Amino acid sequence: MADLTSTFVGIKSPNPFWLASAPPTDKEYNVRRAYEAGWGGVVWKTLGEEGPPVVNVNGPRYGAIWGADRRLLGLNNIELITDRPLEVNLREIKAVKRDYPDRALVVSLMVPCEEAAWKAILPLVEETGADGVELNFGCPHGMSERGMGSAVGQVPEYIEMVTRWVKQNSRMPCIVKLTPNITDIRKPAEAAKRGGADAVSLINTINSITSVDLDLFAPEPTIDGKGAHGGYCGPAVKPIALNMVAEIARSPETRGMPISGIGGVTTWRDAAEFMALGAGNVQVCTAAMTYGFKVVQEMISGLSQYLDEKGVGLSDLVGRAVPNVSDWQNLNLNAISKAKIDQDLCISCGRCYAACEDTSHQAIAMSEDRVFTVKDDECVACNLCVNVCPVEGCISMERMDVGATDPRTGKVVPAEFGDWTTHPNNPMARAAE
Amino acid sequence: MDARQLAAGIRAGRLEPQALDEGFSDLHPPYDDHEALVAADRCYFCHDAPCATACPTSIDIPLFIRQIATGTPEAAAKTILSQNILGGMCARVCPTETLCEEVCVREVAEGKPVEIGRLQRYATDRIMARNIHPFERAAPTGKRVVVVGAGPAGLSCAHRLAMKGHDVVILDARAKPGGLNEFGIAAYKSTDDFAAREVDWLLGIGGITIETGRMLGRDLTLAELTSDYDAVFLGIGLGGVNALGIEGDDRDGVRNAVEFISDLRQSDDLTAMPVGRDVVVIGGGMTAVDAAVQSKLLGALNVTIVYRRSQERMAASAFEQELAQAKGVRIICNATPKAVHGNGAVREIEFEFTGDDLTPTGESFRLPADQVFRAIGQSLIADGLPALAGRKIAVEGPGRTSVARVWAGGDCAAGGDDLTVTAVAEGRDAAEDIHATLMR
Repeated sequence: MADLTSTFVGIKSPNPFWLASAPPTDKEYNVRRAYEAGWGGVVWKTLGEEGPPVVNVNGPRYGAIWGADRRLLGLNNIELITDRPLEVNLREIKAVKRDYPDRALVVSLMVPCEEAAWKAILPLVEETGADGVELNFGCPHGMSERGMGSAVGQVPEYIEMVTRWVKQNSRMPCIVKLTPNITDIRKPAEAAKRGGADAVSLINTINSITSVDLDLFAPEPTIDGKGAHGGYCGPAVKPIALNMVAEIARSPETRGMPISGIGGVTTWRDAAEFMALGAGNVQVCTAAMTYGFKVVQEMISGLSQYLDEKGVGLSDLVGRAVPNVSDWQNLNLNAISKAKIDQDLCISCGRCYAACEDTSHQAIAMSEDRVFTVKDDECVACNLCVNVCPVEGCISMERMDVGATDPRTGKVVPAEFGDWTTHPNNPMARAAE
Repeated sequence: MDARQLAAGIRAGRLEPQALDEGFSDLHPPYDDHEALVAADRCYFCHDAPCATACPTSIDIPLFIRQIATGTPEAAAKTILSQNILGGMCARVCPTETLCEEVCVREVAEGKPVEIGRLQRYATDRIMARNIHPFERAAPTGKRVVVVGAGPAGLSCAHRLAMKGHDVVILDARAKPGGLNEFGIAAYKSTDDFAAREVDWLLGIGGITIETGRMLGRDLTLAELTSDYDAVFLGIGLGGVNALGIEGDDRDGVRNAVEFISDLRQSDDLTAMPVGRDVVVIGGGMTAVDAAVQSKLLGALNVTIVYRRSQERMAASAFEQELAQAKGVRIICNATPKAVHGNGAVREIEFEFTGDDLTPTGESFRLPADQVFRAIGQSLIADGLPALAGRKIAVEGPGRTSVARVWAGGDCAAGGDDLTVTAVAEGRDAAEDIHATLMR
């Protein structure tokens, strides 16, 4: 078994799998069950300022989309921060941390954009013995209407300001949780860094309406005939989250800043991908809410097996794919591939043919007896056939050898690298020499 | 096992009513909504799908499955029924394992096809349960067409003709419409009086009158029909049953399997349905399997199918053979009946082992039997019909016979497999040709 011990902004945990600030971490009972199940850490569900707690709707808080066999692919919620009294949460945090000193326990916070409010709550959290705080600048529903959550996360100046208050008024590590509901994720990350944040975590949920009730003509989830946008999470958001993590990891302004990766982590493989793109650990919510806390056991065994097979340690994995995240203009236009269909694996469904013939390059031939073959003189290697083929590994992209002639263009495959920056069609091209 | 099951002779009440109910329940229980979605999701929506090509009625199978997957089984049903108006029955009785499901790419790849038959049943059951008839008649043409035989071919032909605006009269010799759907298939394939309900639903198109108890050759002639109507469609099936042609064929207890199956289907009290203790079914087709399995389900102690060639040459599909064996039916192959022994009633039946080309081996054996079913095929009663090709009515193209303005389809017509689905296709195509001819 590979050693999965993780240290993130100085916080140690037996594995890099934390539960994100969300319903699963709202109270002592759940968190104890999570630790017993094997979770390396939790971010306690967001605390608000002292006083009467927020209230939640009394109708559905969640909406979802599903795939085959009703597998949950995306979840939307309109739940607010904790609706339990501050002192109850603080008492429970203290008790849990005392009993599980080896596990990470970070407390998520969201109080108004006034220094006094942050000054008031930080010592109370510090007193619990919690390992750190995460600033919730991400929740896109409800609290944002009151000037908190993503309303802060969408204004880099506010992020910087509040982060600075937190760092000035607390010795605890500070993670800033970012909203994806912005145009350029690098700006809020840079602001967090300027404010002194120890790390960023992302992504929080995405503004969403999961579906519309076509009888009521109301968005789901529907409360008394009306609906409000919620925050979208689960497997469906992972590609968006991966890109945002990578953008921060490779930006010269934020490179090296610790990242806690969040967004649709469902299996060990998802976690490994986030970490390869620069996340020091991951946070999970929807997978636990869908399957229960036990899923962490698969994540632990899977990541461990992968690291063993690769012969690398956990820290070697972090950021390993970042150098390969590039811009389009730097992709090698001289790397020429052709689709190839493995006739032994092909089940003759013809989906590649329909996709290519109807919507792409007419580069797949279909014989009378349903044999499908690639026409190399038409194939641009777009990969659509690979993506629509129901048989994994049946269609692959095979790179042409240097010196071979591409039957589509009649040109010889060059040995040297050549991207758009030097391409003759590019009016801005710089000479290669 | 108790005394009732051990009692020799042909007698009723071998099993408790509950055991009979269980045995004769739906062979393939219908999908619930979620099961249908899961099953539908397995379909790859193939291009130019092999399943649709394999379907004798050319149903657009990927399309109807996608319509189920997206929550519109009624639209799926319309896709099915526009090609095959008896899609509900075909979903139950089609040998899908040798048609659409055999060529499903997932059968080829995984040995586990998309369950097209059960999905088709889900969609057609839904539209029938909602009592929706998704087709409308065209404006009246003033033409009158007579359809002889209210079986699958005749019903399919009549519906399509009615849709085109013609007035249709269906004549059938039996007391009820439905043909083999009503009288000729195992009860567990058409539960809850489905065949009759389907006919009622089909008649929802309007413009079709059914006259039962009217038999061609007995009550009326083809010449009368051609003079009284603008066109005639013959879907009269195969009324005769082939005899064994051996000594003792007429002993008590020797019976045609189709009559047994028909009695069973028309019975409203299976505890009163008699069956032998030692039943022998001679033949290798679906009828043999239907008779054998239902004998077993009625409580027969020993049921044996004896077929004269090797098992792979049986007309019954592999699925049907496995079903029979799973129900406890023994299948003996390469054995030809030689004589039925007994004193008045059958006591034993004697066979000789024969090669696949039916060469005798000289080796014989006897099986104890108190009931013997003949299931070695049916034949056309051909008096007063158009010209034959072999033992069936000769047809050209979409069912044109040697007589002008007379078409034929289904089992009575030459060519095609004797399947319900083939009969439906032939009836439909003849109707299109009749329409084109009448409107010329």
